[in-house]
Amino acid sequence: MSFPAILVLEDGTIIEGIGFGVKELSVGEIVFNTSMSGYQEIITDPSYAKQIIAFTHPHIGNTGINDEDNESDSIHASGIVIKDLPDHFSNWRATQSLNSFLESKKTIGISNIDTRALTTRLRDHGSLKACIAPGDKDSLPTAQDALKKFSGLEGLDLAKEVSTQNPFSWDEGTWPNYEEVKNEKLIVAIDFGVKKNILRLLRKHVGKVQVVNAEICFDELMQFKPDGVFLSNGPGDPEPCIYAIELIQRLLDINMPIFGICLGHQLLALSGGCKTYKMKFGHHGANHPVQDIASKVVYITSQNHGFAVDFSSLPKNIEPTHISLFDQSLQGIAFKDKPAFSFQGHPEASPGPHELEELFIKFNLMIDKNA
Amino acid sequence: MPKRSDIQSVLIIGAGPIIIGQACEFDYSGAQACKALKAEGFRVILVNSNPATIMTDPLLADATYIEPIHWKSIEKIIDKERPDALLPTMGGQTGLNTALTLAKEGVLKKYNVELIGASREAIDKAEDRELFDKTMKGIGIETPRSGIAHSMEEALTVQEGFGFPCIIRPSFTLGGSGGGVAYNIQEFKEICEKGLDLSPTTELLIDESLLGWKEYELEVVRDKNDNCIIICSIENLDPMGVHTGDSITVAPAQTLTDKEYQILRDQSFKILREIGVETGGSNVQFGINPENGRVVVIEMNPRVSRSSALASKATGFPIAKVAALLSVGFTLDELQNDITNGLTPASFEPSIDYIVTKIPKFAFEKFPQADDRLTTQMKSVGEVMGIGRTFQESLQKAIQSLEEDLHGFESILDNSSNQNETLRYQLTFPGSRRILYVAEAIRLGWDADQINQLTGIDF
Repeated sequence: MSFPAILVLEDGTIIEGIGFGVKELSVGEIVFNTSMSGYQEIITDPSYAKQIIAFTHPHIGNTGINDEDNESDSIHASGIVIKDLPDHFSNWRATQSLNSFLESKKTIGISNIDTRALTTRLRDHGSLKACIAPGDKDSLPTAQDALKKFSGLEGLDLAKEVSTQNPFSWDEGTWPNYEEVKNEKLIVAIDFGVKKNILRLLRKHVGKVQVVNAEICFDELMQFKPDGVFLSNGPGDPEPCIYAIELIQRLLDINMPIFGICLGHQLLALSGGCKTYKMKFGHHGANHPVQDIASKVVYITSQNHGFAVDFSSLPKNIEPTHISLFDQSLQGIAFKDKPAFSFQGHPEASPGPHELEELFIKFNLMIDKNA
Repeated sequence: MPKRSDIQSVLIIGAGPIIIGQACEFDYSGAQACKALKAEGFRVILVNSNPATIMTDPLLADATYIEPIHWKSIEKIIDKERPDALLPTMGGQTGLNTALTLAKEGVLKKYNVELIGASREAIDKAEDRELFDKTMKGIGIETPRSGIAHSMEEALTVQEGFGFPCIIRPSFTLGGSGGGVAYNIQEFKEICEKGLDLSPTTELLIDESLLGWKEYELEVVRDKNDNCIIICSIENLDPMGVHTGDSITVAPAQTLTDKEYQILRDQSFKILREIGVETGGSNVQFGINPENGRVVVIEMNPRVSRSSALASKATGFPIAKVAALLSVGFTLDELQNDITNGLTPASFEPSIDYIVTKIPKFAFEKFPQADDRLTTQMKSVGEVMGIGRTFQESLQKAIQSLEEDLHGFESILDNSSNQNETLRYQLTFPGSRRILYVAEAIRLGWDADQINQLTGIDF
């Protein structure tokens, strides 16, 4: 099902396109993603809550949607913007089209958009508030009204909203060898919007995984008797997540082994006294070179963040471990006096390169050393 | 660490005359290598027998020899010039094979010339089919079920295991020449006889048929610190059974999910490391069964190739230039990315927002005796590339570029009564214009599944 639709930006830009998915107006912060594969993983990543994803790659939907590659059970993004939606999809694992998936997950998409011009605009101006609305220019007032009501992401604690309400344990390893798992240790993964592939990799390399709500208190967490705590990725601004920062500080005090990814990395940094800031247009793609400062090895990494840890705010007991070769921003930290480290990019890939899977092994070794 | 200081002069072997299967792409790579190394202060010595090349222009190398690309004449050049190193990866298969002979004849050792870019062992492991197969098995990567034969008797024994059709490829020949697909025992014997004759090592590889499988190529670059990057993925529109050089190809790959693409990426790096390509560019080819996703590696070239020229132009990443600099000690993070005017390092993977389509150009009208059906032996004489914001646009531009007076998918069927028969033949047995017949079939209302069954093209 396609229908006329418009994309409206806060700077006044109006672009007409063809809508697909569900026919419902949606607002969010628009960001561009440069990955050439993995749209299924991207749109199901909870870190995109309240964001509209503009794909720079022209054909999105070629391989349909399959049953294995979802990173969560729903689409958290507010909408997607693409250049071309293929008429057909083809892949041996595909079970439905992107269009029908969007419909079933109540998400709107807009195609036939000049995503190159859009991306150039976002690079120059930074991320913008945006609205996708069904209908032609007549629906402009409704769209503009919705835009005005949207306050943006800064200061917004979204982790709370996407976090699981009920704790659950995770059993599955990585595709296609789901059975290949470790059982010796127990990790509590705090869900700020966790991607399934992180849980799969923890299972594959570390041990049993218990996933808990973002606002869990210290005593409740300790009842699980964890060997280590994992701080997940997630959407929004890390600063308002005071509850998490306080919890992490208590975990650091008792020398609990901690590994954080993305938002989890920012929260660990904040707990250690660092500062975070909102980036101009963030990092969203699967080709970002990140250098290990000690070994000089360059990793191609998957990235998805709009906030970052301020390099200059690192206290003496925290060392920088990785930097981005795109803009020299901070990509990883390790506590010198505590068993805790974190990474800004996405070592779990999905989508993206697998090189940094070794960080999960590092986490496992760190727990062993600490025991 | 910057460039090596123990090397002052580098010998580059060109690709020789332009032939089917090895054309001006190696002039492009060789010329880039000459420029890059010269700019870094190395003395560049070039040998190429083909004067109609850019690389033999007077100012490109410090010393240019128009001499036969044969180990004996190159030995004389080495004797006179005493280069510190030999870069064999820029001159296609000719360059690699000649370097291998120079090593085997003891010339390199005698004059203390170091092979850079690819070692003798790496070339052997990649090019010797049996050794390659064994190496792949050792790291748990699947190759097509296959056998090696050095005589007709051995060939017949191997063939019994797979049935027909099966694919025959002689070792160490250019563009797979002398190979082919056999559908029956008579064709099998004919191709084997020719292949045994053509192979310098009298060696044939006989493969299970992967006809109809999807074919992919990854262009990989590695530096001495083991930084590995993929420059570009390329998907063949024509499935296995048609030589990559004769296939319409699309970059980046369009019908792989990320999980599947990452398997190819991981395997490519594993292969480069195991083969031992320490620095430079390589090309790895994969086949994927569209029914169940089974992945097999077809081959790898430890050198710049036809596809790396395409990948360079498609992404803006100068593979040959970078490969040449890596071979003399630079690392990827020390080199600048030409695409972003040096704002970022070369250690990244190009991400493009457009589609590139390559269509091969054929000249069967000039070779009336040649069989004009496409097989595993390359028959095209050139290629064109179209860049567009969609696949459709890039394909259309490429068709217009063929200089065959086509403005797009023009009608080429005459109104005879056996249109369906002609179409069925042209779709099943690919010729140079199969894509136009596919368009005709669509116009005549043929079902996409039916076209897919006949052509193996993914719809």
